[in-house]
Amino acid sequence: MRRLLIYAVLLLTVAATLFPLVWTVSVSLMPVAEALSDSPKLWPDSATLEHYRDLFDRLELGRYALNSFLLAASITALSVLVNALAGYAFARLPFAGRDALFRLLLAAMVIPGQVAMLPLFLLLKQFGLINTYAGVIIPGLASIFGIFLVRQYAQSIPQSLLDAARLDGAGELRIFWSLILPLCRPILVTLAVLTFLGSWNDFLWPLIVLTDSRRYTLPVALANLMGEHAMDTELMMAGAVLTVSPAIVLFLAVQRYYIGGLMRGSVRG
Amino acid sequence: MKRCNPAFWFVAPALALILVFFVLPVAAALALSFTDFDLYALGDPARLRFIGFGNYRRLLADAEFWTALKNTLYFVIVGGPLSVLVSLAAALLVNHRLTPLKGLFRSLLFLPVVTTLVAVAVVWRYVYQPRYGMLNHLLEALGIDSIDWLGDPDWAMPAIILMAVWKNFGFNMIVFVAGLQSIPESLYEAAAIDGAGPRQQLLYITLPLLAPTFLFVGVVTLIGHFQLFAEPYVMTQGGPANSTLSIALLMYQQGFRWWNLGYASAIAFVLFSIVLAATVLQARLEK
Repeated sequence: MRRLLIYAVLLLTVAATLFPLVWTVSVSLMPVAEALSDSPKLWPDSATLEHYRDLFDRLELGRYALNSFLLAASITALSVLVNALAGYAFARLPFAGRDALFRLLLAAMVIPGQVAMLPLFLLLKQFGLINTYAGVIIPGLASIFGIFLVRQYAQSIPQSLLDAARLDGAGELRIFWSLILPLCRPILVTLAVLTFLGSWNDFLWPLIVLTDSRRYTLPVALANLMGEHAMDTELMMAGAVLTVSPAIVLFLAVQRYYIGGLMRGSVRG
Repeated sequence: MKRCNPAFWFVAPALALILVFFVLPVAAALALSFTDFDLYALGDPARLRFIGFGNYRRLLADAEFWTALKNTLYFVIVGGPLSVLVSLAAALLVNHRLTPLKGLFRSLLFLPVVTTLVAVAVVWRYVYQPRYGMLNHLLEALGIDSIDWLGDPDWAMPAIILMAVWKNFGFNMIVFVAGLQSIPESLYEAAAIDGAGPRQQLLYITLPLLAPTFLFVGVVTLIGHFQLFAEPYVMTQGGPANSTLSIALLMYQQGFRWWNLGYASAIAFVLFSIVLAATVLQARLEK
């Protein structure tokens, strides 16, 4: 009896949570104006892919998807490297004032990102980075949270491994590259997925930095479309499906790493 | 040349980036907040003037700021606890002894967290649509009059809160699950032997032992909710009648729409001070 109750609540919760996502797909397959009938439909009478064709052929969504992908991939690669280097050093390489500096960084996490945004814009303008991909990529590369995650993980690497490598005469960079990076793989995958999804979904910063519409990312292009095609519900839904589905596919593919990493980070943090 | 500590090269890239793109801008924002930096100064820096606390005084007299503060507090005080409660309930559910396929359900409930806000705003605006929307049709079926969710100043913020809870509860749910799994199973076994039912186990074992998790979730949620921006930006642009205008949205509008960068910086620092004070206060209370 209790088991039955749990199952019912579970199914209801999952259904309510997934309903908006599933419905987005369903409405995106409806012909023009079917979504605006007086009783809302759960399924299209006859499914059509015309909105997807429209998005790719006429509205160049493929270009924005490519922009988004290249940006997210570069940010992820660079940012994982930068944060792994720093996180490892904060965990295992002693230097003067290290722990005080790390505490200072943690305290700085209370400062909302929005405080830095306005001067950051002026700074990028000075550097000539407005309306460039570099302007989107560089400012967010170093992440205090990312450094924190790697540091937590690197602290569990046995000291004997490091000592052995040093006795063999390996340089610090070599130790990092061929010993630390492979050992930290689980947390680096978590960090990479977190970073990729974060920049794939990021809206505000690309919106501020990119002015030329040919450089837009998917979310910015979608918001722009929303202004012009507010009444084309089915078309907007298809755009939403295309924007969200890569993130969902990536998440489902690596969910164990991702959720496992989040749980480790939150328990120790 | 003296060989320097190799650790320097490891931390240098990250620290340089943080210094140039975070510390420096934050310091600059503080300085800007004491100037009248606006569109004219953007073109010709010679027009920049130091005006002391002028921006802050102007802020205190600005009715829009007080509206934004009130709306932000509404979101923090109603939306924050609601979001934490939903996360806790979901965590207890997916972590329950009788729940099958725990990993699968955990991931499914987490899905909204990884979605793009701009994209899910499309479907939520459709759900809230007064005439064609699903929500009003459900209410009608229950005999409740339809509501103009995003068009009625009284209902716009609740609509934003509902959507924000849906989008974000998965994250705290995972944190709670991690906390639940760190409670030793032997405690429950001992309690069961002593005749404690499920409700007593929840009240006297689970909830007290989750206290550190509550502190973490509470602080993170509080900070996140004070920074409310993206949801009203994509759903309502702060309307109707400024009923969903948040402090961060006001800062954005003043800064990037009207280019009152000095005034916007002052708003950013007031927001920061409020967040800091609330965080310290909450950490004290929960201890």
